[in-house]
Amino acid sequence: MKNPKKAYVYKGFERFWHWNQSLLIFLLALTGFEIHSSYTFFGFETAVDIHNKAAWGFIILIVFAIFWHFTTGEWRQYIPTTKNLQAQVEFYLFGIFRKAPHPTKKTLISKLNPLQRIVYLGLKILIIPVMVVSGLIYMFYRYPQGDEIAITNIESLEIIAVIHTFGAFVVLAFVIVHLYLITTGHTITSNLKAMITGWEDLEEEDEVDEKKDDVESTNQKS
Amino acid sequence: MKKFTTAITFFLAVIAPLIIVTVALRQPKEDQRMLDNLREKYLVEHQSGVDHSKMEILQQDFKNPHEITAACLSCHTERGHELLQSAHFKWEREEYIPGRGITYIGKKNLLNNFCTGVQSNEGSCMKCHAGFGWDDKDFDFENPYNIDCIVCHDNTGTYLKASGGAGYPVMGETGPDFKAILGSMGLPKSENCGSCHFSGGGGNNVKHGDLEIALLTAGRDVDVHMGVDGMNMSCVNCHTAENHKMKGRYYGISSTDKDRMSCEECHTAFPHQKSILNEHSIKVACQTCHIPVYAKVNATKMYWDWSTATRKKDGKGYEELDEDGNQLYTSIKGDFVWEKNVVPEYTWFNGTADHHLMTDKVDTTQAFLKINTLFGKYSDPKSKIIPMKVHRGRQPYDTENLTVIQTKLWDKETGKGALWLDLEWERAIEEGMAYVGMPYSGKHDFIDTEMYLPVNHMVSPKSEVVSCKECHTRENGRLAALTDFYMPGRDRNELLDFAGQMLLILSFIGVMVHSFIRILAARKRRKSIQTL
Ligand code: HEM
Repeated sequence: MKNPKKAYVYKGFERFWHWNQSLLIFLLALTGFEIHSSYTFFGFETAVDIHNKAAWGFIILIVFAIFWHFTTGEWRQYIPTTKNLQAQVEFYLFGIFRKAPHPTKKTLISKLNPLQRIVYLGLKILIIPVMVVSGLIYMFYRYPQGDEIAITNIESLEIIAVIHTFGAFVVLAFVIVHLYLITTGHTITSNLKAMITGWEDLEEEDEVDEKKDDVESTNQKS
Repeated sequence: MKKFTTAITFFLAVIAPLIIVTVALRQPKEDQRMLDNLREKYLVEHQSGVDHSKMEILQQDFKNPHEITAACLSCHTERGHELLQSAHFKWEREEYIPGRGITYIGKKNLLNNFCTGVQSNEGSCMKCHAGFGWDDKDFDFENPYNIDCIVCHDNTGTYLKASGGAGYPVMGETGPDFKAILGSMGLPKSENCGSCHFSGGGGNNVKHGDLEIALLTAGRDVDVHMGVDGMNMSCVNCHTAENHKMKGRYYGISSTDKDRMSCEECHTAFPHQKSILNEHSIKVACQTCHIPVYAKVNATKMYWDWSTATRKKDGKGYEELDEDGNQLYTSIKGDFVWEKNVVPEYTWFNGTADHHLMTDKVDTTQAFLKINTLFGKYSDPKSKIIPMKVHRGRQPYDTENLTVIQTKLWDKETGKGALWLDLEWERAIEEGMAYVGMPYSGKHDFIDTEMYLPVNHMVSPKSEVVSCKECHTRENGRLAALTDFYMPGRDRNELLDFAGQMLLILSFIGVMVHSFIRILAARKRRKSIQTL
């Protein structure tokens, strides 16, 4: 790496959000698949309890995260781009083995490579909403009943359960690949360290410097 | 400032996840208030305002029980009329049956899956009739002096109806002390109800499985309500009566959804702390989870095969018993299977039922004949899952006329065609069918039958309640037979599960292969650097 320079890449909220989200998704997946009868771990009743509570925690966290993304403008990080997309794919398929440099430079205004942009955006606007919506229906649907609130009556839970389970598998597959890709940073642990401490060595000091000041000054203000 | 940010970071990074995990694992505290209120209410003992032993009119030497009833009615002037209208006396109700319309049915004319029916056997069956002298079709249902008040209101526990006495009690020399009995008149005790309701089908716990004599002495582990070491409630605490109209009607007999007794009346529809459990009550009856097994003390009859009846040993009828003294075979009735601690079967039920009437045709293409049908399904808003005892059997039917046969089982003396005395099918069938006015072709065979008896008593303590996993499980769950809805933990889309597992496995393999190549490549690079 040319001119490595420490940069404050992941701000406090971002790390808070990321780690709690990972904890919640871990809990949701662990208990969700127990509810699905894939295995027994907590016991069905406890699994349902935890799943329901973690789901609410997850929803609250998502609300905060949405607010943060829009107020900080960080949502722009996820605008998909085809620029460098092919290079990025080729990097993971070939370059990485030759220790070729990362084709996309990680900068503070563009922390994500084009593949990450697409995958994370898909997660944010497709998979997670599908999980939340199907999960909420799962919570609040009513079997056909002689009640006034007929609007929540559903003929069959099956379609909702199938959608929810489908999403769960996708999330799990994402987690597996995501956990591995953490190790593909500059060094094996640099990505992990960055998400824990917020700091990471980035190239191109000028730009970084500017941004860092920027960030710190905003931090100071808040 | 730095300290402050570290503090915040520490909070966010360590405390927040801790909070999440503790909240996720937190259990709500028990709220016993509702149960405590109920306990308080039902611990108050009923105090009678009248001492019948002080009534002169009751201290006579009565010649026959009709006179006793007359004495009762001389004070309780309107009660006779009430009783004449009651199911306990009429053994018949006006019912609306979907598909049939208004029908007059009851124990008086229905078939069941045990002794098949009372007609032509009244002299014996009416031991459990709240009346005197119903021994044939000519019984006077309008005469209030035919009512038996004592069987329900005796508080001495000594009153006894004679076997084969058409409802008449044992009186005179061999009978109990009627002065004491009449002096004790009061609210029915569980013994009174039990003297008939515990021995339906011809013996203790034969019919219901959840109603038996052990309820009088058993603890909370058998029945939380009646347990003598607990609330020690009596039948009439729940089955209250207004003008002798009892609350609670037996689903197996009653077709219309009215005057039912329900747990919710005391416990409300949402008695749990956890809303997810309360939500279950929309589709699951309380009994389903709270009666994990029935016949907890003595066995109940699960199967009755009439086809083997009338076998003889040395020219005589005989019986075989199991080690608990339950009949496994008797020449007068056939083969039985008994079971104890039975796990109920489950069905959707909306409160309405149909019955196989004596005049209905038998459909021999079906695997078995349903003696009664409980209506209900998942998509019906009124239906809930209930536990039931399914009593299976084999009953005689007319293979030409395709009707179930009413057999004459009992008579006072031999040679009159009663199966239980003469051990001969043909004559017993002819007599029985002639009595009910139905044709008999002369050819009979036996058909498999099922009867559905909802289980409502023997509610277990909370610690014994059916756990989530007993239904929410892939295979052999309690509700495995109810397949018209999706249940989490039981059902799944097999294709999706297969595809999902494949996705996970492939992701994992991909990751492994990728990392393996990375490691190999790194090693190779290191080597080439070394060789440089
Ligand atoms: C806010 C988001 C979520 C909500 C509101 C939610 C809600 C629910 C609910 C209500 C159930 C039914 C279990 C019950 O009756 O309690 C359920 C089941 C399940 N959940 Fe979630 N969930 C969410 C997120 C997740 C996530 C992220 C995963 C996995 C990564 C997941 C995996 C599952 C699975 C596998 C089941 C079992 C489905 C079945 O077998 O029918 N859920 N979820």
